[in-house]
Amino acid sequence: MASSTGDQSQAVRNGLRAKVLTLHSMNPRVRRVEYAVRGPIVQRALELEQELRQGVKKPFTEVIRANIGDAQAMGQKPITFLRQVLALCVNPDLLTSPSFPDDAKKRAERILQACGGHSLGAYSVSSGIQVIREDVAQYIERRDGGIPADPNNVFLSTGASDAIVTVLKLLVAGEGHTRTGVLIPIPQYPLYSATLAELGAVQVDYYLDEERAWALDVSELHRALCQARGHCHPRALCVINPGNPTGQVQTRECIEAVIRFAFEERLFLLADEVYQDNVYAAGSQFHSFKKVLMEMGPPYARQQELASFHSTSKGYMGECGFRGGYVEVVNMDAAVQQQMLKLMSVRLCPPVPGQALLDLVVSPPAPTDPSFAQFQAERQAVLAELAAKAKLTEQVFNKAPGISCNPVQGAMYSFPRVQLPPRAVERAQELGLAPDMFFCLRLLEETGICVVPGSGFGQREGTYHFRMTILPPLEKLRLLLEKLSRFHAKFTLEYS
Amino acid sequence: MSPPRPRHVRTSTPAYCPVPVRPGAGRCGICSSIRSPQLFRSGQENYRAQEAARRPGAAPTAVGVRAQGPGGAGAGCGDAAAGAGAGKLLQACELTRRSEGLPGATGTLHAYLGRSLCETRLGARWCFSRAVEGPGRRGTEARLAPLAERAFGWACVWDCCPPRAVRDVFILFLFLCQGFLRKRAMQRAAALVRRGCGPRTPSSWGRSQSSAAAEASAVLKVRPERSRRERILTLESMNPQVKAVEYAVRGPIVLKAGEIELELQRGIKKPFTEVIRANIGDAQAMGQQPITFLRQVMALCTYPNLLDSPSFPEDAKKRARRILQACGGHSLGSYSASQGVNCIREDVAAYITRRDGGVPADPDNIYLTTGASDGISTILKILVSGGGKSRTGVMIPIPQYPLYSAVISELDAIQVNYYLDEENCWALNVNELRRAVQEAKDHCDPKVLCIINPGNPTGQVQSRKCIEDVIHFAWEEKLFLLADEVYQDNVYSPDCRFHSFKKVLYEMGPEYSSNVELASFHSTSKGYMGECGYRGGYMEVINLHPEIKGQLVKLLSVRLCPPVSGQAAMDIVVNPPVAGEESFEQFSREKESVLGNLAKKAKLTEDLFNQVPGIHCSPLQGAMYAFPRIFIPVKAVEAAQAHQMAPDMFYCMKLLEETGICVVPGSGFGQREGTYHFRMTILPPVEKLKTVLQKVKDFHINFLEKYA
Repeated sequence: MASSTGDQSQAVRNGLRAKVLTLHSMNPRVRRVEYAVRGPIVQRALELEQELRQGVKKPFTEVIRANIGDAQAMGQKPITFLRQVLALCVNPDLLTSPSFPDDAKKRAERILQACGGHSLGAYSVSSGIQVIREDVAQYIERRDGGIPADPNNVFLSTGASDAIVTVLKLLVAGEGHTRTGVLIPIPQYPLYSATLAELGAVQVDYYLDEERAWALDVSELHRALCQARGHCHPRALCVINPGNPTGQVQTRECIEAVIRFAFEERLFLLADEVYQDNVYAAGSQFHSFKKVLMEMGPPYARQQELASFHSTSKGYMGECGFRGGYVEVVNMDAAVQQQMLKLMSVRLCPPVPGQALLDLVVSPPAPTDPSFAQFQAERQAVLAELAAKAKLTEQVFNKAPGISCNPVQGAMYSFPRVQLPPRAVERAQELGLAPDMFFCLRLLEETGICVVPGSGFGQREGTYHFRMTILPPLEKLRLLLEKLSRFHAKFTLEYS
Repeated sequence: MSPPRPRHVRTSTPAYCPVPVRPGAGRCGICSSIRSPQLFRSGQENYRAQEAARRPGAAPTAVGVRAQGPGGAGAGCGDAAAGAGAGKLLQACELTRRSEGLPGATGTLHAYLGRSLCETRLGARWCFSRAVEGPGRRGTEARLAPLAERAFGWACVWDCCPPRAVRDVFILFLFLCQGFLRKRAMQRAAALVRRGCGPRTPSSWGRSQSSAAAEASAVLKVRPERSRRERILTLESMNPQVKAVEYAVRGPIVLKAGEIELELQRGIKKPFTEVIRANIGDAQAMGQQPITFLRQVMALCTYPNLLDSPSFPEDAKKRARRILQACGGHSLGSYSASQGVNCIREDVAAYITRRDGGVPADPDNIYLTTGASDGISTILKILVSGGGKSRTGVMIPIPQYPLYSAVISELDAIQVNYYLDEENCWALNVNELRRAVQEAKDHCDPKVLCIINPGNPTGQVQSRKCIEDVIHFAWEEKLFLLADEVYQDNVYSPDCRFHSFKKVLYEMGPEYSSNVELASFHSTSKGYMGECGYRGGYMEVINLHPEIKGQLVKLLSVRLCPPVSGQAAMDIVVNPPVAGEESFEQFSREKESVLGNLAKKAKLTEDLFNQVPGIHCSPLQGAMYAFPRIFIPVKAVEAAQAHQMAPDMFYCMKLLEETGICVVPGSGFGQREGTYHFRMTILPPVEKLKTVLQKVKDFHINFLEKYA
């Protein structure tokens, strides 16, 4: 109110009044949010695309967006069965069409039966359609070798991001020294840092060990926790397995140690397991936190609180646009579950097509179904190609001097470390950019390849990385990797 | 008695025994140091010396596990030199943990042994420390102590023995010993726990107690009831702002409805056969058929193989191709830009221009959202700031749609109520806005004014004059305007018309149109299409500061993008078939039929309610709800108070239990003190609606008699 006279005089001068909502007056927490995966570099990529369309000459003909794990945008074909069932759900007139296999029709009918008014267009209950929650629970049971899952502990969501935000929102409380702290890995997926900034929670970094293929070390967790206890109240521990952006797959022992640590230190565990189908390295295997937790027996199995997330966006299906996902909560207080449901109900329900799609992901065709052979072939093709691409990426990068890349054991990204010459670092500082941002911007300008600088994910001081998806088709990826390596060599030369 | 507890103290030694590292020291160099047996021995001696040194002055309640508190904290986090010995011991334990990474059968055996040993150590340490510290405690415990101590040694020697064969022999030996040792140690410690000693002894250690107790039960596999530790996330410890959120439309009454449905399924007898969910504006759940054209295009987008099928009209295919063309990889399955698919935003802008009689709309000002709710909460999120008296105040109508109050409490903003005038068909009165804003200025900074037009739950449609007054008021008071216009297609009264805030703003001249900041919301869920499940929606922002637009995109991008299928549905809503296109006729017929029906139902509801004594219903000019005022007799109010319920909640619960009709009490939306209402959708098919209304009438008359 005090500034209103000043504003008015300015209004007289400009004919325009000062805005109600300005960078100064807006929510300061929102202002602090950063989200590199769609940050300035992606804005610049958009501009470049626009310029290319307008016929501006560039040293490249197209912008390759290797910044985000968006399989279908990179040309991956959707799994036929999923889309068939979904089309049948969307337009039930097609149920009489002979061009759809019977099992797809049966599945569509089952889903529609469970929807209000037998239509995808009705709201579902806020926690998601009951039948689909049951299917998810069965899927979890199968995945975890028979460890039971309760459908009432499964909540469907608008992609995994939504569920992660919801659970974090529940956890944040206190002020000052008692403000909730959340341990997140560095490098991390920036959803975490963004959400914590938005919620005003305290971000507690623990570093993954690049020397040991980005493994998680409990002693490092311990260090982070001890340090954080001075200024906040750490209450949650986020683990991303397989890692994003780092691609490591955790061993069973490591998961056990993390669970013990969380139990001992009274931390709520958040296990981001959206890449659970994306494990490539021989010898690596995905172990779900839920399974390990249950196998560790009491008291862990009975008391350790855990939320585990999954999504339709990754895996072999790559259906990002449908925003399907779920969270399974384990040992969560019943009253808090009610609160979570209430919070979800304010947004009414997750998109129903996304829920339907999730249902198909968690209960794919059985071997006796007519669609099985095709489904299996498509699924295997996608996963085999991803494995080949993971290998290729690691190989090509490690051949390039000044780039070192840990094995891509899982997920969809490589996160190579790049050596940047001191003069390049200085130049970046002059421009007010992080050195790896400078590198990535130059890369984009000269080759059209859009990758995300490591500074957006967090990295140890003095090291530089970038995240690149391994999703482009194999041949294109090879070219891309070579182009990138060549650019790095040139860049190093230029600044040395 | 106990020493003051420093902040962030480790109060117990964890079972997995991590390596404590001084802050900032980075990775520990311990592994190499401890591998020298000599060093280990000195560690052990340190520990013993430390324990011995503590003996005379030790607080009588200090038990070993907790005694690690100050010392262990020193080793782990800080400075106390006394903790060094204990730290070494922990380091040794960590080594044991590490050896679990060995492959194959040996690995499995090691892992098993490692765990057992950890547990043994823990149990043993208890006894050990009790024996050392507890004055007068002798006998078995004292005898056990040296044994326990030796177990430590074994565990660590095991880690230090380099040749595999030797080590494996050792392991076998340990395997045999530890079973016995463990049992004894456990028994003793269990007895201590049961006697109420040890970790559950009351002390000033607070949380550590329950944690240590949990540890005990972990190791001992005894679970005295009281030792079950509290959860991390409880009603008390959770986010208080989330706890304050209330959302009546899906509140307790809806949960009750769900229970009753289940009971009906199980065959429990009720005075009705089905639950009618008239609590939420969910058209298709109430039997409304989807618009054919919309679903055709959606099916084509979902499964593009159908583009070759002759059973789809050309105009549907054309639209599907256009949408797919604009999607990454020509698929609904890829992420869109955070702001939404470009061509859909262009279509939305074109739609707004048409709707507003040529007032231009810029696609850059359009943001596609996950239903309108998402847009509303995003904008509110950006707007909320300040603390204490400068905390942002948000003006909302009463009765309101509870999304607003829910988001406001979640954001910890200040809710500023302005009352709609029930006597005047729920009209908005600017004087009431003035009163509200003046009163609010004492305790917050009113920055936002929310308007719902057509009204939810009240169904009024604002006149142009009223909108002008509101805009002038917002301009005067420097308020950011939020216009919730999701029911813009749902206007039934012949003498009412929908005027968009954007249009009126532009027609009021440049002083307003270039100054007043406005966000307007629309959705695919209402109107004639009722596609709630797709969660499609958009917002248009006017006069938003360019920097704020950047912030908005950033905030939206964290959630990646709105569901692309919902975006596609939005496209079809704003870009329907036009005259001359193949599907036009069928589309228009379906649309008219839905809207005609709704108008009929609005009239019917109003008429029938007004025939009931003790119910008064304002005309339903628009939207999808009736919000009748009900008379609740004093005795019923008393009965409700006895049940600790709002009187209208009591009424609605009774209605649900006796008739199976689920409506939402007015208290969930807000109402003037002493008045009672409920919200009911008018969406059931005409015949069913008639029965529903008849049932409500009978119930109400009964209710009046019962509580007369």
